[in-house]
Amino acid sequence: MMENVGAFGIITGFASSFWPVWLCLAAVFVVIYFFKKQLGIFGRLFNSNVGILGVILCLFWVFTAIFADVIAPLDPRVQVSIMQNAVPGSINPDTGMVFLFGGDLLARDVFSRVVYGARIVLTIAPAATMIAFLVGITLGLPAGYFGGRIDSILSFFANLVLAFPVILLFYLLVTPGIMETWLPYALGGGLFVFPTLFFFVLFYTRFYGRNDKLVPYLAATVIAGGWIWMNLMSTSTFIAKLNDAGLTWIGSLLNWRIFNIFGVDPNELNIFIAVVFASAPGVFRIVRGLTLDIQTRDYVAAAQTRGETPWYIMLWELLPNARGPLIVDACLRIGYTTILLGTLGFFGLGMGPESPDWGTTIKDGSQVAQLRLYYWQGVAPALALMSLVLGLNLLADALREESLRD
Amino acid sequence: MLRFLAGRLYVMALTMLCLSFVVFYFVNLEPNLKKLAVTQTEMRVTDADKENWLQRNGFRDNFFVRYGRWIGLVAKQPVVDPATGQMVPRFRYCDEPSVATVSGVIQGDFGCSTAFRDKVSNRLPQALKATGILMFWVMIVMIPVALILGVLAGMREGSRTDRSISSVSIVTSATPEYVSAILFTALFASGLGWLNGSAASAMTRGISFYNFTLPVMTMAVYGVGYIARMTRASMAEVMTSQYIRTARLKGMGFRQVVLKHALRNALIAPFTVIMLQFPWLLTGVVVVENIFSYKGFGWLLVNAASNNDIDLVLACGIVSVIIVLVTQLISDIGYAFLNPRIRVS
Repeated sequence: MMENVGAFGIITGFASSFWPVWLCLAAVFVVIYFFKKQLGIFGRLFNSNVGILGVILCLFWVFTAIFADVIAPLDPRVQVSIMQNAVPGSINPDTGMVFLFGGDLLARDVFSRVVYGARIVLTIAPAATMIAFLVGITLGLPAGYFGGRIDSILSFFANLVLAFPVILLFYLLVTPGIMETWLPYALGGGLFVFPTLFFFVLFYTRFYGRNDKLVPYLAATVIAGGWIWMNLMSTSTFIAKLNDAGLTWIGSLLNWRIFNIFGVDPNELNIFIAVVFASAPGVFRIVRGLTLDIQTRDYVAAAQTRGETPWYIMLWELLPNARGPLIVDACLRIGYTTILLGTLGFFGLGMGPESPDWGTTIKDGSQVAQLRLYYWQGVAPALALMSLVLGLNLLADALREESLRD
Repeated sequence: MLRFLAGRLYVMALTMLCLSFVVFYFVNLEPNLKKLAVTQTEMRVTDADKENWLQRNGFRDNFFVRYGRWIGLVAKQPVVDPATGQMVPRFRYCDEPSVATVSGVIQGDFGCSTAFRDKVSNRLPQALKATGILMFWVMIVMIPVALILGVLAGMREGSRTDRSISSVSIVTSATPEYVSAILFTALFASGLGWLNGSAASAMTRGISFYNFTLPVMTMAVYGVGYIARMTRASMAEVMTSQYIRTARLKGMGFRQVVLKHALRNALIAPFTVIMLQFPWLLTGVVVVENIFSYKGFGWLLVNAASNNDIDLVLACGIVSVIIVLVTQLISDIGYAFLNPRIRVS
């Protein structure tokens, strides 16, 4: 029988491991306390308990993701064979290290895996949601504003994706075999153009006719957008595929150091694309609905009479006035994306079998034998995922309340 | 009304055609076909053998011809046995005919499952029935609970009941099926031992409280929070409307007002939400059936997709798309019927 620190030891160990998170949370609260008035709606979030709890839960996981290296005692993939299926609070007799949430079937530290899992979830989910939003906005605004044929075609395709059962979509889109085809790269390459396109049109409509501002803004957009695009697409599999097809010059271009500043794992890119693809139509529908609603307001008619271009009206008159519902939806959607990522991991799609993301950890812990005898292996990541989604839902609720009060 | 229906049915047919085409394209991607060839031939075969197998069974024919075969516009060809030179059925275990016949989805033939070595039409109805039973119990539990909670919360907005019910529903709507399944199983099956952590015996020995509660509970929990919140919002809105105030002012009791005036109007919005919840439940079904090893539609879908069982994946895809589209249609029509202010034109 292994030595155990006991329930009290687990709680104190848990609390002290997260010291950078508590520090940052305290700093955030001090800042908010002093600058509440200047922060607008985000300051007013702290008027309700729901808002405070939501912010705490979300920031807790954000800081955990940032400081994962400091918090987690071990690498999430490292196996300490003596700690196989160890109960929570067990002390490794060789090193004296405590496994706060016990060990799993492969003798890895469950606590470290959960902490590192936050990093995966909190990079993919918000980023994918952001791109899905830019795609949805760029397509939803014209669909709602112009109506007619553009609307019918775009809506048809959006409904097509929405009618597709999510799980089947992922099974088809995220199989390892699909990396051998052009499909994910074509899809990803197309979807990742939308952010650049959005900001390009945004600045173009704003600064049209004022060349001193127009040129630098557009140049910056194109360079930044292109750089991010290249970084996202420069995965080893895509380069190999390009080289096979005889397009070595594109391959070697993507191989440049400046295009590999943030390297993306091919599996993660695939998941990222699938998640963006699955959630963009939902955003499209919401933006389209909001556009149809706001379009009838007087200030839109005023802008039309002033002779503003349609895209100026959409981006600078309609969009700012739709921000309330969109911010709320973004919070909910990040939560939903987190759930989707969990589902992917749970079915062993995309993420590697060793990956510490919560879905995969939950899958490992939900094997019948594991759940019967070593329940903590599944319960710890399940509670982590639940608390993050709960935080996002609470945040969305509080934001909705506050924006309705305006 | 008829024109509206015809229009919707036309769009539905078009959607299904497009989606079946997309799914067909995906399952026939080169890596997927290779995977199929590996599972269908002996384990250690050369690439040439795999290629041969694909060639012989018609997987190398023109894409559109194959799609036509599946949908039932082009004749399915039998295979020439290399040893005897005679025409033999493509998949013996599905008793496919050994002559060329036009037999596809239009004719009601959903093809042959290569993973289960059986006809799709033998597997699918059984699985759908099992899932139907599960869904029935989920609905029986979920809808009344959600509606009662929502109405109670929305009846007096801001009261203590409202706040506690709202907190519960926000927590449950943050709990996806695979999370609640684990928490419930750890608590009720492993910890307390009250319930069975597997629903496999429900297929063979019949449904009992012991083996069926966990799957039903797991699926209901996620939906309850969402529907209750929608009902609450709708109820709260109705309670502030003019006619409720009039009813209260003329001296009607609170109970009477809620039951006679508020309830009907408050339940219109949740109806739509419940119907639109079906596609969500589909994902839930897949998760729950796989966790509790209940061999229904979701279990079949996962097995078909992970084995690249072409015909079965297509059939499952079609079935789920039909479910999604039909529920959308019902929700639109039902909304129009329930709400006297909306007339479909």
